[in-house]
Amino acid sequence: MDKKKKRLIFRSVVLAILAGTLVFVLIVNAGSERPSLQEGVEAPNFKLDRLDQEGESIELHDLRGQGVMVNFWATYCEPCKEEMPYMDQLYEEYHDQGIEIVAVSVDRNESVINNFYNRLNLTFPSTHDRNNTVMELYEVVNLPASFFIRPDGTIERIVRGPVTLESLEGYFNEIRPQ
Amino acid sequence: MSDQSIRCECGHLNKEGTILCEACGKPIEGNQHIDGNDEKHVLEMRYEGSARRSQTYKRTFIDKTWAFFSSVKVGVWLIAITLVLSALGTVYPQEQFKNSPLPSSQFYAEEYGLTGQIFYQLGFHNMYSSWWYITLVALIGVSIIIASIDRYVPLRRALNNQKTKRHEVFVKRQRLVSKDNELNEDDVNKLKENLKSKRYKVYEDDGHVMAEKNRFSRWGAYVNHIGLIIILLAAIFRMFEVMHVDDYVWVREGETRVIPSTNQEYYVENTGFVYEEYDPETQEQFSRALEDVEDPVPKNFQTNAVIYRTTEETLPGQEPELEEVTRGEIRLNQPITFDGYALYQAGTQLEAEYDSMSFDVQLNDEVLGEFTFYSDEAPPEFHLEESDIMVSVDDWYPELEFTENGPSSFSKFPRNPGLIFSVENPDTGDSERFFYLQEDIIPLSEDNELVMNVTGVDRRSASGLTVKKDNTLPLFGLGAGIFMIGVVQGLYWYHRRVWIHPKGEGIYHIGVHTNKNWYGMKQELEKITEDTNVQEFEDQQELK
Repeated sequence: MDKKKKRLIFRSVVLAILAGTLVFVLIVNAGSERPSLQEGVEAPNFKLDRLDQEGESIELHDLRGQGVMVNFWATYCEPCKEEMPYMDQLYEEYHDQGIEIVAVSVDRNESVINNFYNRLNLTFPSTHDRNNTVMELYEVVNLPASFFIRPDGTIERIVRGPVTLESLEGYFNEIRPQ
Repeated sequence: MSDQSIRCECGHLNKEGTILCEACGKPIEGNQHIDGNDEKHVLEMRYEGSARRSQTYKRTFIDKTWAFFSSVKVGVWLIAITLVLSALGTVYPQEQFKNSPLPSSQFYAEEYGLTGQIFYQLGFHNMYSSWWYITLVALIGVSIIIASIDRYVPLRRALNNQKTKRHEVFVKRQRLVSKDNELNEDDVNKLKENLKSKRYKVYEDDGHVMAEKNRFSRWGAYVNHIGLIIILLAAIFRMFEVMHVDDYVWVREGETRVIPSTNQEYYVENTGFVYEEYDPETQEQFSRALEDVEDPVPKNFQTNAVIYRTTEETLPGQEPELEEVTRGEIRLNQPITFDGYALYQAGTQLEAEYDSMSFDVQLNDEVLGEFTFYSDEAPPEFHLEESDIMVSVDDWYPELEFTENGPSSFSKFPRNPGLIFSVENPDTGDSERFFYLQEDIIPLSEDNELVMNVTGVDRRSASGLTVKKDNTLPLFGLGAGIFMIGVVQGLYWYHRRVWIHPKGEGIYHIGVHTNKNWYGMKQELEKITEDTNVQEFEDQQELK
């Protein structure tokens, strides 16, 4: 083969390998910073014991076909406590339309959760993420955080921070089964 | 395209851009400016006058890119820029170490003023994982690889192609020469013998003699570049969790926590935390040293830990089945290790939390019963069996604070516990309320007949552990080792050549080249020319 052609091929291959490595490293690096949970991704499954119904537990996977709001909260989080009544207010109406709410408390003690629940007479399922495993799975750092999950199990919307009555109604409509 | 090769008068075919003929060393006309030989008498021998191709062909985009990275000047600039930026990144803490609830957009400006603002806006707060920093380091890697290929290949070819018989000009323009020596056969034989005893390989061709030793020293630079490339690869591998983990977990005494970055596979239990101080009373040898110290001097931070592993996969949120892997004591710099991971003692919240508070209830100086409130369980009520009295826990504030809305808890950790109890009075049947805070009981009504006392509290410590795994260390070691081999190879041996060039009629020129340490070369030449008729060598560089 022509020497010049050979040299050009050699250089091209070496440069391509080096450029490819660089691009690969940059992609891996970008991926490590971005959270892996995003809109459109399947929501990771979990199973938590219910506090409001003794002996029962709730598994996300079993809720396929319904729109699900997973809400991470704690009794020491003031904005969390403020949005709870809104959720309860809409729950009755939207539950009949195929919307489920799973409140995941990351508190340490069951009694504080129950106290708060009973005081406000909340009706949607209450669960306790005792070891914060689900919280970590959902990459939640600051409370509150809500995940709105479509009937097919994928995430429609992630809300970091409190919701209002109006915004919550909008989010419910987004994930309501047709 | 026509053949760009250059045929030397010795018959050897050289690549375009060759400065000294690979075979006989004769300077090739028209190319002397490349190494500056047109302005100096002594020939530049750095790459044997070979054609570094990057300096000749610059036609296609690929060739231009190649030539760019091949340049040592570019490489040095890349290194210098990276060095300066790396240093600037340490001026203020990186984002991950800023240790403040403020978002970065406010933190740097508020903490460090204008320069902090600039630091943040230039993206220096996240420098070492930023795309441009990684790109810079990668470009250094590219430069190292291409520059090495571009020099190693022609240098090797030139050294392989060199002939024993050299052109007169080549020999006379070496830095160390001895011209016009009248030598008889004995002298030449003696020279050859001396060269051999100095471990030179001696070649002969048509009365020309070349002696060479330690050519491998020339490859030192390329060997240590291979080492550097392996180190860069190891740095890339560090980005993957399989190879490298660096995380942190807080475990309270008595608590079992999942170890982060282990795919929820491993758990650690803190069975007890030990804190010790140096005691001048019991250890007299320290008493003098401790006299001038106000605060106690810590001696030991230790976590007694048990490591578990999940036996089967459980759904997140469910309690996993655990089996013990290992147990041991974690002290500073004495980690517990298991399956490639190591847990190091890294932080303490010493007795910062309340594990339990014990109370008794009295009526008319008679104890009705005792109970202990464990903060982890926080049961809603207690039954005092002795007197069949119910104590109910109306409210539990692990970290009590008072807000506009009354008492509330700042966190879930029992650092400043507050409790509100209701106790039924067996005499009246009324419910009497008490507030526990700061290790004291406050009756919430003046009419309370019952008396509640705190009989004891138990505090606990939380232990901070760093989770480490580093499978890249052997690779870093390998890279560093190869790098050192290259350095030794290049520094402790010298590539030396001696050319004995017959001019005819018993007249000889002798040219000498060494790639470094000319002083040593001169010493060696004295030994080599001992008892011969060779005149003193002149150092042509000094003559300039």
